[in-house]
Amino acid sequence: MNYLLSSIGRKQLMGISGLIMTGFVGGHMAGNLSMFIGPEAFNSYGHAIVSNKPLLYGTEVVLLLALLTHFVMGIWLTRENKRARKSKYAKPTNGDKSAQFASKSMIYHGIALLGFIIWHLCTFKFGNHYDVTYDGVMMRDLFTLMVEKFNQPLYAAGYVVLMLTVGVHLSHGFSSSFQSLGFNHPRYTPKIKTLSFLYATVVALGFLSMPIYIYLVY
Amino acid sequence: MGGVTAERRNYKLKVWKQNGPDDSGHFEEIDAKNISPNQSFLEMLDQVNQELIESGKEPITFDHDCREGICGTCSLVINGNPHGPQKQVTTCQLHMRSFASGETIVIEPFRANSFPVVKDLMVDRSAFDHIIQAGGYISIKTGNAVDANSIPVGKEYADMAFNTATCIGCGGCVAACANSSAMLFTSAKISHLGLLPQGQPEHQDRVLNMVNAMDEAGFGNCSNTGACELACPKGISLENIARMNREYAKASLKSRS
Repeated sequence: MNYLLSSIGRKQLMGISGLIMTGFVGGHMAGNLSMFIGPEAFNSYGHAIVSNKPLLYGTEVVLLLALLTHFVMGIWLTRENKRARKSKYAKPTNGDKSAQFASKSMIYHGIALLGFIIWHLCTFKFGNHYDVTYDGVMMRDLFTLMVEKFNQPLYAAGYVVLMLTVGVHLSHGFSSSFQSLGFNHPRYTPKIKTLSFLYATVVALGFLSMPIYIYLVY
Repeated sequence: MGGVTAERRNYKLKVWKQNGPDDSGHFEEIDAKNISPNQSFLEMLDQVNQELIESGKEPITFDHDCREGICGTCSLVINGNPHGPQKQVTTCQLHMRSFASGETIVIEPFRANSFPVVKDLMVDRSAFDHIIQAGGYISIKTGNAVDANSIPVGKEYADMAFNTATCIGCGGCVAACANSSAMLFTSAKISHLGLLPQGQPEHQDRVLNMVNAMDEAGFGNCSNTGACELACPKGISLENIARMNREYAKASLKSRS
């Protein structure tokens, strides 16, 4: 059987594509923190990225491939998983034998996050276009767009909830990728799990602080 | 502690009844009366069955053999958990003292398409045999018994191999997994032989063939929830699945055919 069609091969593609996006969201969050410095820092940071075409297109292609792979594998594997048990249990595993919530619900937050990514791109990347000029350089005023969006209570609240969802997804996904790729060691795995939880927490808190800040301050 | 006790308990059992693999099955409520807390779970079922037979009713069908926790024949999902609530205990080693008097106990078979129900709580686990037949062995001419220690094995590897060898192939991992995945079982078998020098000559083919047999048997995929590890009566670790994952990737890459 072909490696890429096997249960393990597809899980490993899931893991690699997940790790790529995991790395990206951390960088995305860190870069966006520039908004706390002010509109000029934030807009200039965005302008620097879109001005670097090789970086921009390269990242976009890799992320799009990762997203598609992750989505296709996720749906494909889950469909198989659901079909592997036709008759359901009256009671789920519980007590000492209960698995963690995040690990059992990846497909659900995964689908919610796909919806979020589309919504997010429509709002910002392909959303309203405002211009601003700093030192004679005209650039896109994403800060104004952000203020416009995050001043709507439902919009800001939706973002906060979805960023918590990102955190839940990452808390399992990060460490789970290592397991899928064959890395499990009694000394390192507990540390990877802790790191996974911390990374997910930092990314989620970093991201959700932004709509809250805009809503309260601007 | 333990010993002879005059205490007797009553339970309400909600037992899965199913007439063969094609029947849709249903729950039936059956009373379990005068049960000693020192009876094992299977002894409780024996007593219930005896009473059912005496009153002209059909007994509950369930799997059992050694009743010492080493053969892997007993199964049952008890109140949602394969082999009941306790960790690293098989159903046959579970005692009624773990259940409060008057409690309703839900008893279901190991549910997975790859484990079709034979009758009631008895399932056909020959899918595991097919995985073993695909490579869970070493091909050697046995001849005379070789001297002990003629092949050096590192202590750490010997211990890891032994731990995986304690897998009794009960299928509790499949039953616990939300995806009915057989990866804990398959990885334990691959690890057991793969960690020892005697298993090396066929290691690559073994990994590829056993994983393929597992996939072909219709088990689900692993989503790293760890439910299998928690349910395993022998405490087989997820580390084995990771080992299988990397050995499978390596073998796929290196395979010359």
